[in-house]
Amino acid sequence: MARSIKKGPFVSIKLMKKVDALNEANKKSVVKTWSRASLILPDFVGHTFAVHNGNKFIPVYVTENMVGHKLGEFAPTRTFKGHNK
Amino acid sequence: MARIAGIDLPKNKRGVIGLTYIFGIGRSTAANILDNCGISQDKKVNEWNDDDLAAIRGYIQENLKTEGELRSEVQLNIKRLMDIGCYRGQRHRKGLPLRGQKTRTNARTRKGKRKTVAGKKKATK
Repeated sequence: MARSIKKGPFVSIKLMKKVDALNEANKKSVVKTWSRASLILPDFVGHTFAVHNGNKFIPVYVTENMVGHKLGEFAPTRTFKGHNK
Repeated sequence: MARIAGIDLPKNKRGVIGLTYIFGIGRSTAANILDNCGISQDKKVNEWNDDDLAAIRGYIQENLKTEGELRSEVQLNIKRLMDIGCYRGQRHRKGLPLRGQKTRTNARTRKGKRKTVAGKKKATK
């Protein structure tokens, strides 16, 4: 079920602040975050996020195509590589 | 012989059903098309005259994506998911279900026919 439009997209307030600060200063630096549920906004394009996967931080470079997905979708939490032969 | 969007429609079926043979048109879309063209849904496909056919063709051409065009759009959407490396894209690559279903059992539609693993021990007793 989709989220109500009235509420607007969900982005963690702290994360939003950090990205806004970076955009204002025109800087690029890795933003560490645990907020996997945050939606990727157009403002995020070009930044790199270190998204926590429960164990470590996975660097995610945000491109235009990723807008509308959530940060967690790009940092897999499971490590299954296949069965041994 | 009614030929729409590169597909031969079955002659002896009602119009609504016949149109669903086109990829991208289901029951409700078919009903919409016929209503918009002012053709009875109960008219059989071989009872359509040339005007009816032209009207239907025109409507589909203008308003709907069907067949090849639609198939390629779907493929592009899947390709986009795979290119950005998101979870759904990875599941597409591995041929596993995308929406959080269990894969311990079932999931045969995505995984295909069972591949028996040699040397796998059966539970004893």
